Amino acid sequence: MPPSGSADMAQGPMVKAEAVHKSFGRLEVLRGVSLQVQPKEVMCIIGPSGSGKSTFLRCINHLEKIDAGRLYVDGELVGYTQRADKLYELPDREVCRKRSEIGMVFQRFNLFPHMTAIENVMEAPVHVRRESRSSADARARKLLQRVGLADKVDTYPNQLSGGQQQRVAIARALAMQPKLMLFDEPTSALDPELVGDVLDVMRGLAEDGMTMIVVTHEMGFAREVGDTLVFMDGGVIVESGTPRDVLANPRHERTRLFLSKVL
Amino acid sequence: MADIASGPPRAGAGVRPEAIKAVPVRHPGRWVAGALILLVAVYVVYTVAANVQNDTSEGGKHGWAVVAEWLTGPLILKGVIVTVELTVLAMVIGIGLGIVLAVMRLSLNPVTSSVSWLYIWFFRGTPVLVQIFFWFNLNTVLKTIGIGIPPDGPWLWHIGTNELINPFVAVTLGLGLNEGAYMAEIVRAGIISVEHGQTEAAQALGMTRLQVIRRIVLPQAMRVIIPPTGNETISMLKTSSLASTAAVDELFLRTQQVSNFNFAIIELAIVASIWYLVLTTILTIGQYYIERYFARGAQRELPPTPFQRFRRMLFTFHESPPLPADAAVGQR
Repeated sequence: MPPSGSADMAQGPMVKAEAVHKSFGRLEVLRGVSLQVQPKEVMCIIGPSGSGKSTFLRCINHLEKIDAGRLYVDGELVGYTQRADKLYELPDREVCRKRSEIGMVFQRFNLFPHMTAIENVMEAPVHVRRESRSSADARARKLLQRVGLADKVDTYPNQLSGGQQQRVAIARALAMQPKLMLFDEPTSALDPELVGDVLDVMRGLAEDGMTMIVVTHEMGFAREVGDTLVFMDGGVIVESGTPRDVLANPRHERTRLFLSKVL
Repeated sequence: MADIASGPPRAGAGVRPEAIKAVPVRHPGRWVAGALILLVAVYVVYTVAANVQNDTSEGGKHGWAVVAEWLTGPLILKGVIVTVELTVLAMVIGIGLGIVLAVMRLSLNPVTSSVSWLYIWFFRGTPVLVQIFFWFNLNTVLKTIGIGIPPDGPWLWHIGTNELINPFVAVTLGLGLNEGAYMAEIVRAGIISVEHGQTEAAQALGMTRLQVIRRIVLPQAMRVIIPPTGNETISMLKTSSLASTAAVDELFLRTQQVSNFNFAIIELAIVASIWYLVLTTILTIGQYYIERYFARGAQRELPPTPFQRFRRMLFTFHESPPLPADAAVGQR
């Protein structure tokens, strides 16, 4: 399972975090997070609420600015450029361009309610990447078919179930052909019986070799699909390893306590 | 639903019991109240109709004949056109300015947001009549407007204040700039009402700030913005009668001019009222359809048109309010 495709050997990590710190006012949410995600790797992040998992995810596409440390995506600094030993903030246009290469899926879906499913999926290709309507339309239809919603193309989000909305949201993110997908508790707002469909779509993505970071409470998914499992608490990584190891033999008391409550 | 255990909960598994046919509860109170109100309404209408008699004494014509004569008279119709022009132009300026001011107000740049705040503070804080008065008399203090160094130049480009600002322009400016302040707050309320997750999702897709506002936030804000904007437009239609103070011959000034020589004051006030009501009605209908358009995606079913609603009201007057659609589905 771990990514060791020979073609990727020369490539560096897709995401590299070095001692990332982030505070909101006085509250220190991230207190030195360091990790690496290789291309085609699926990393699952678990941890109690308030542990900084979501904040870390949002730092990766610069929805939040980090205060200290370094964060790289595909070998490039997030939000800055470095010349000599000075950091320069990236202009908005550059930040936007880099974000467009990273897909993000939210807990609350955040579909655009005034657009139909296909309009949601086409929005960014047409207006951010200036793609022609016809090619964006064709790809959007394919993507909606891939997530199992070929018959919901012209439906507005509020006529879809939560699970269907989340699958449209995944298609919307995929429409930009991202090199990295971030999932922020994608199934936490769903009815239990709808979770499976969304996880199936994510499993398919993982099989196709998408690099994914998934903040989740779905231990089953983490065990089956994840290459690495990271347990965060109090703004730091408490432990990480293969999902099997971490879930079966947690080395830290804090991990053990958390797992005993959720498993 | 209570006896799930007693059998499979499938439709058609058992015999469907006969649909309930019960004698509806009578509501005599509704009939009495309805009759009373109708009676009062008829009385009021009759009083007006009976008192504005056709009367040819005192040399001049009076009564409904005068109303009918002037209602579609070319003099009044020209006034109606000017009123519509004023309303449309002032609202276009107001809405455009309002959007710009609202976006400025929410900008991260402190200068931009303070300027917007100051503008709103000033234009909301002074009466619109005073503002019209100010623009109308601008030429008394400002002789030349242009790009250069006031008051005496040199100018890169300039124009005399009197050439630029005739009474119509003065009133349009006064109404429009004032409206901008109110519209700014309405637009801002609409923008704030859109959930922050929408902005984040759009940003995550790589949209710029301006794209996020234009493509994602404003279309959703419209649902909140339109009803008060309709209100403002209707209000503007009537406020435009202040133009009469600047000698712009809109509807109200025209009716006054006419009644000044035929003394049919009430009759011409009725003419003005009828026209204002007609225009307001048109605006109300327009607003309804614009709201319907921007409600797409927000409601599962489009709301009924006024005509459909009127018919439904007629047929349900004597009944209890109907069950909401969802409840009916749930009971199967």
